Amino acid sequence: MKATVHVTLKNGVLDPQGKAIEHALGALGFGGVNQVRQGKFLELDLGETDAEKARAQVTDMCEKLLANTVIENYTVEIEG
Amino acid sequence: MKSAIIVFPGTNRERDMAIALEKASGTAPLMVWHKDSEIPDVDLIVVPGGFSYGDYLRAGAMAAHSPVLRSLKEKASKGTPVMGVCNGFQVLTETGLLPGVLMRNAGLKFICRNVGLKVETSQSLFTGGYEDGQVLSIPVAHNDGNYFADNETLDRIEQNGQVAFRYVDEDGAMTEAGNPNGSARNIAGVFNKEKTVLGFMPHPENAIDPAVGGTDGRGLFDGLVRALS
Amino acid sequence: MSITNTAITPEIVAEHGLSEDEYASILKILGREPNMTELGVFSAMYSEHCSYKSSKKWLKTLPTEAPHVIQGPGENAGVIDIGDGEAAIFKIESHNHPSFIEPYQGAATGVGGILRDVFTMGARPIANLNALRFGSPDHPKTRHLVGGVVAGIAGYGNCMGIPTVAGEVNFHPAYNGNILVNAMTVGLAPADRIFYSAAAGAGNPVIYVGAKTGRDGIHGATMSSTEFSEDSEEKRPTVQVGDPFTEKLLLEACLELMATDTIIAIQDMGAAGLTSSAVEMAGKGGLGIEMDLAKVPAREENMKPYELMLSESQERMLIILKPDAASEAEARAIFDKWELDFAVIGTLTTTGHLVLKMGDELVGDIPIAPMVDESPEYDRPWEPTAASAVVDASTVPAPASLTGALKSLIGTPDLCSRRWVWEQYDHLIMGDTAIRPGGDAAMVRVRDSKKGLALTVDCTPRYVKAAPETGGAQAVAETWRNITATGAKPLAITNNMNFGNPQKPQIMGQFVGAINGMRAACIALDYPVVSGNVSLYNETEGAAILPTPVIGGVGVIADIEKRGTVAFKAADEAIVVIGETTGWLGQSIYLREIEGREEGAPPPVDLALEKKNGDFVRGLIETGSVTACHDVSDGGIAIALAEMALGAKGLGADVTPEDGLAAHAWAFGEDQARYVVTAKNAEGILKAAADAGVPAAVIGKTTGNGELKLGTGDSISVSMLRSQFEDWLPDFMAAS
Repeated sequence: MKATVHVTLKNGVLDPQGKAIEHALGALGFGGVNQVRQGKFLELDLGETDAEKARAQVTDMCEKLLANTVIENYTVEIEG
Repeated sequence: MKSAIIVFPGTNRERDMAIALEKASGTAPLMVWHKDSEIPDVDLIVVPGGFSYGDYLRAGAMAAHSPVLRSLKEKASKGTPVMGVCNGFQVLTETGLLPGVLMRNAGLKFICRNVGLKVETSQSLFTGGYEDGQVLSIPVAHNDGNYFADNETLDRIEQNGQVAFRYVDEDGAMTEAGNPNGSARNIAGVFNKEKTVLGFMPHPENAIDPAVGGTDGRGLFDGLVRALS
Repeated sequence: MSITNTAITPEIVAEHGLSEDEYASILKILGREPNMTELGVFSAMYSEHCSYKSSKKWLKTLPTEAPHVIQGPGENAGVIDIGDGEAAIFKIESHNHPSFIEPYQGAATGVGGILRDVFTMGARPIANLNALRFGSPDHPKTRHLVGGVVAGIAGYGNCMGIPTVAGEVNFHPAYNGNILVNAMTVGLAPADRIFYSAAAGAGNPVIYVGAKTGRDGIHGATMSSTEFSEDSEEKRPTVQVGDPFTEKLLLEACLELMATDTIIAIQDMGAAGLTSSAVEMAGKGGLGIEMDLAKVPAREENMKPYELMLSESQERMLIILKPDAASEAEARAIFDKWELDFAVIGTLTTTGHLVLKMGDELVGDIPIAPMVDESPEYDRPWEPTAASAVVDASTVPAPASLTGALKSLIGTPDLCSRRWVWEQYDHLIMGDTAIRPGGDAAMVRVRDSKKGLALTVDCTPRYVKAAPETGGAQAVAETWRNITATGAKPLAITNNMNFGNPQKPQIMGQFVGAINGMRAACIALDYPVVSGNVSLYNETEGAAILPTPVIGGVGVIADIEKRGTVAFKAADEAIVVIGETTGWLGQSIYLREIEGREEGAPPPVDLALEKKNGDFVRGLIETGSVTACHDVSDGGIAIALAEMALGAKGLGADVTPEDGLAAHAWAFGEDQARYVVTAKNAEGILKAAADAGVPAAVIGKTTGNGELKLGTGDSISVSMLRSQFEDWLPDFMAAS
């Protein structure tokens, strides 16, 4: 089954890349963008067929490697 | 002083580090491959600069889970001194041996230049070769050296005397102009609580020769040799 | 013959960049119609990039030999003997078109490609350089391109752990739609452990190592040999993506393999991928090669033979190993250790044919020797460039003040500091950088010795455009002078010929002229060409770039402690100009930036004088007679003095323009073969110069007040110049 993981910076952690994108959007004439936060999106193709087990597995991966929980949050979605 | 250098496939400053250690100690360090599960008994373990596994997820993230790091953590917990430089610092924060995290430089660019570096304390086995408050000129070369920790953690490590080095400007002042990467409170290097583990971004191993870049880095290696021989 | 034949229409032939004559020759060689895979192979081999069909005739006229040359052009890179059993291996290569389409990846893979060219010969790369040319700063794409290219070079080189130590960056509207990204790598190897690409030994296994093959970059070689049109930006998917981490593994694995005794030949897969590497290896060895493309490690499913043969996926090599099982096992273990693919994909044969199979199915069969021998070579019609009138300096208005003009000039795009660029490059890794970026030439120490290599890349395209022969000679001479100014002895060059469409006689005339000038300079300076690269069709919508023959020079110094550097060292030292100043303002930066006139004949290049003056200056540095040394180039004496002051802290200069010359022509003229040196005692220098017949004149002295004084009552603070010098590029890049 497929798992998707979003890794985002925690609120309050400065995101210089997001700031730069925000600035660039403004320069391109896109008004009204209050804030941009850049994160990571990961797609995992899993052998596991049980959704709950898959979720537990991927959560563990996030805790151990995919996110640095000092500065990052993550969300896990399991499909199919 | 016997030392070991951890080598990941993308490590690239291990030779510079080996030369600096050998020059200071007279003994060539052991090079330990990342797949080795056992680090031999040594007086000092060094995690050098580079791009351990390409630094593709986050700098140092994958290295922190390599087989050799298990051995490193075990030895560190028993008091073997560990020093992480640049990517090595990133690896040590990812493992949790050191507080905080190294984020992308505030300027969003790789930066290679000499910086002013203030020695916060000479009271450690790593910094005994320097005076308290001494200002050094040492190069940095990194993309992710922006030290971050929450304010509570920053207060705590400052109170504990865990800040080893700070970035300073030409006049030795802790200013924004002297801060190359946006690090919180200009922090360039930190100890663990016991001061047996040190991580920092600059490269003293590239400042040991008057013909190429000066000698301000020598104090670190000479100090280590004195403390650990 | 079971080769299935798709109908090859004239449209398909044209899409492959092949002319009717070239296709007729292919039919003759095969005795039948090619299939798509074969057509693809021919198209790649007959592209300008692989065949040098327009340039070969002229490149052959360049001097390539000297006692210190171990390997000249024709291999992956050139090799020179630098003494003590060591060799320097180097080459420059362009990645212009890919960098315009996708600046980060284009530039990054350019660096990756040139690194492979050097380490495939057995060298550990020790330095990278680059020559970059962008469009006008006002052009809407320029900022994005500068940012992307610099980040791409940094991203690749820094991760590889190779210092990027020198380069040049210029801006000119002629590059608006066609930037230039030329990357050079220098490596070191034991002189008796050089690896070559000629295959030997029928029956020996052909090994593929490195990264897997994907669909990236298909038709890169043909793309890089055709003119740009507006829809080029649609070609984005053909640009390769670089993986410096894999390349680092490949570097270490190859060097480890080279330390064993298992390799017969090795060749990287660059432009035209597996096609050119297989054909070159077998062709040079006079052998055939049979490959089973089903065994090529593929990154994507269902890849066709055509795609496998033409993919330009990066970080791959082809190796001919010794045939014994032990050699293969030893090699395999090394690549396993570095977690890289290692696949036996074929064998060398005695047939002289390139035979391609997909499993059991025959998918291509081309006789190699006829394909290579019949490779097109054109004697393109060319027209010499008309001579430009000499600009009479007395007709050029004087500025209100020399220092005012200096202040403007030092903050212009072509003269300002490149710190913003080179601080993004790790220029210190390896711990041997003896002269950092920003000097005349960079210098890297040869590890574990006192010896150093001086490295530089140079070209002054506006001179080449105005007078190709003079410009070609000047580009060579300027690298020679920059190396000389560090005290090193220039040994050899690599060249990157960036020109427009060679089918236009005017453009071909620029090419021929530049080559003629380069040849004269190489001979006069005993400074042969050992490697190079040609990039033609650098045009957009019919408008060509400035002719840009970039020269990469390599020199050697016996003791880096004796190197010459640019910065003033102390106050009250004499400032001496070596070489004759006539106040040549034609094609000068002053004329262009202050008067808005990009015109006139460029300064003449007197090669005998160049050699005499340079040899004299090198002698002064060697004997420790001078404290600082800087060559005089763009912007003339005034800019040279400013740069010498900027390199120091708190020092300045007080100089007086020469009598009999217009002061601004003296200050900003760009006469060649000149150096500014400082010395505690000028008398000895003047006497030695007189004895050697070298023009030398004291123009003033260094001062301790941080002011630059150009004649009576005209002075400016160096700190003011510094902010002008340092701010332009960061401000430009920060603006949006």
